Amino acid sequence: MPGWRIGNLGDRLFRGIAATFATIIVVVLLVIAVALTQASRETLSAYGFGFVVGQDWNPVEGANEVYGALPFVWGTLVTSFLALALAVPISVGIAVFIAELAPEWIRTPTGFVVELLAAVPSVIYGLWGFFVLRPVLIEHVDPALSRWLGFLPFFRGAPLGNDVLLASVVLAIMILPTISSVSREILRAVPNTLREAALALGATKWEMIRSVVLPYAKSGLTGAVILGLGRALGETMAVTMLVGNKPSMSLSVFEPAATMASIIANQYPEAQGRQHSALTEIGLLLFALTLVLNILARLLVWRVGRLPGDAGRA
Amino acid sequence: MDLAGYRRRRLVDLAVRGACVAATLVAVVPLVLILGYIVVKGGAALSPAFFLELPKPAGETGAGMANAIVGTLTLVGLACAFGVPLGVFAGIYLAEFGDNWLGTVIRFCSDVMAGVPSIVSGLFVYALVVVPMGRNSAIAGGLALAMLMLPTVTRTTEELLKLVPNALREAALALGVPEWRTTLWVVLRTAAPGIATGVVLAVARVTGETAPLLFTSLNNNGWADGIDQPTASLTVQIYQYAGSPFEDQQAQAWAAALVLVVVVLVLNISARILVRHRVAGAR
Repeated sequence: MPGWRIGNLGDRLFRGIAATFATIIVVVLLVIAVALTQASRETLSAYGFGFVVGQDWNPVEGANEVYGALPFVWGTLVTSFLALALAVPISVGIAVFIAELAPEWIRTPTGFVVELLAAVPSVIYGLWGFFVLRPVLIEHVDPALSRWLGFLPFFRGAPLGNDVLLASVVLAIMILPTISSVSREILRAVPNTLREAALALGATKWEMIRSVVLPYAKSGLTGAVILGLGRALGETMAVTMLVGNKPSMSLSVFEPAATMASIIANQYPEAQGRQHSALTEIGLLLFALTLVLNILARLLVWRVGRLPGDAGRA
Repeated sequence: MDLAGYRRRRLVDLAVRGACVAATLVAVVPLVLILGYIVVKGGAALSPAFFLELPKPAGETGAGMANAIVGTLTLVGLACAFGVPLGVFAGIYLAEFGDNWLGTVIRFCSDVMAGVPSIVSGLFVYALVVVPMGRNSAIAGGLALAMLMLPTVTRTTEELLKLVPNALREAALALGVPEWRTTLWVVLRTAAPGIATGVVLAVARVTGETAPLLFTSLNNNGWADGIDQPTASLTVQIYQYAGSPFEDQQAQAWAAALVLVVVVLVLNISARILVRHRVAGAR
């Protein structure tokens, strides 16, 4: 039967095409690594591992030209962890509110509004942070912090405006929806029988959450936080517009800094020669860092099932 | 009965509930503040010229962003042209033939890809497209955006195809329809509205992207002479005007922000309403 054979051929062809397209995703990930390594080979061979721990960054051509990524790694970690410290308690609070406390009619709209936060483009957070939040911090928050907590090394120096604190606060707002929507799904996956058992033993709602729900959800929640961290590490535009883009390694949140993503956005368009290579290598580092974090987070969250809210960063 | 202990426990319970409500409010307040501010500032700066005119040097009146609006549409259109077919076919593979190790690897990679910072995709496309071509172009920008759409489209397609009842596949196959036609004409068609929703969400996301465009499509003060030329976009224009010392350019940035936010939120909200209707209808 020739018709049957044509059909069979079509099936195989179709399957082959689908498989090829699907494999492209894997290939793209590999090619990213190869292409970035290729484009940064000049600094890779010139500095080796010293690039990662090098503290100086001077892109001006000449005898003093030197590239080290440590200030940017530092800036990235500081802003991201500060943002996490601000965002995690709030996000988990939201997740608990939506999953455990809120009545049905409040639940859906609240979740919806929080997820809209994720839809606002990053460059608009930058715009808002620069023109609205920055003056507020300079006038009200920074003076209070340096007055009451100025003896700590974290609040030394004169607040100038574009600094670690401003970038971290805006970052925190941006990663809130990621952490809270993943956490919410994790909490929902906790079996109801556990809740009922705790309540039947006379636990209050909070005691039930603390002793039954949170321990059960622990690894999933850790995954949610790591996903938030991954998002914070790679966030570019808002941070570039707010962090000051000055390579420095200060402990103070009133100092400007630069993150790995922000220095790429800031210097890449005008970069030449070796600076290009150095910036690409920072991109490679960032890629590797987020890759590891994401794999870790997926492994922790995956058993709970599909993640919500992957669409949204902008 | 330990009444004091009970009271304390009740109080702690109330305090925690209050804290959770407060946390939710803390998250909602910035959203309202940001949206409110954009509407006020952007609304004041918005005029017909914004949609019809080209950018002008600071100080001249009647400047607009017509080229950036067209540029953003071009970039998003190209991103869809590259990303949607690829993502849909990858999703078909995962849903229909993906119950093997390759499927697991692809699923994992697509999830990991969703977490790759958008600026890294810009660097990647720069090295792979901009350097060989010798110039920035809308094609490069569209490719960078397509990479960001790909994971969303793939996973949405997979999930929705899996929801299509097997009875439909069996009915088509029993009529002698080959498997590939069954998948394209029966299964994919059934899931098409849902997949469209996923695409709309992905489009909403990439419309607001700036970082991957900075060194792929770059910017352009006038009209682009084709998709192989540097192209303006609303987001890059906002970024540049936000750093401008001139107030009229800052006002333009707010106007662009308003247009962008309206587009992105309308896309988001309509996609979600569509999903809710379909889910409610299925029940």
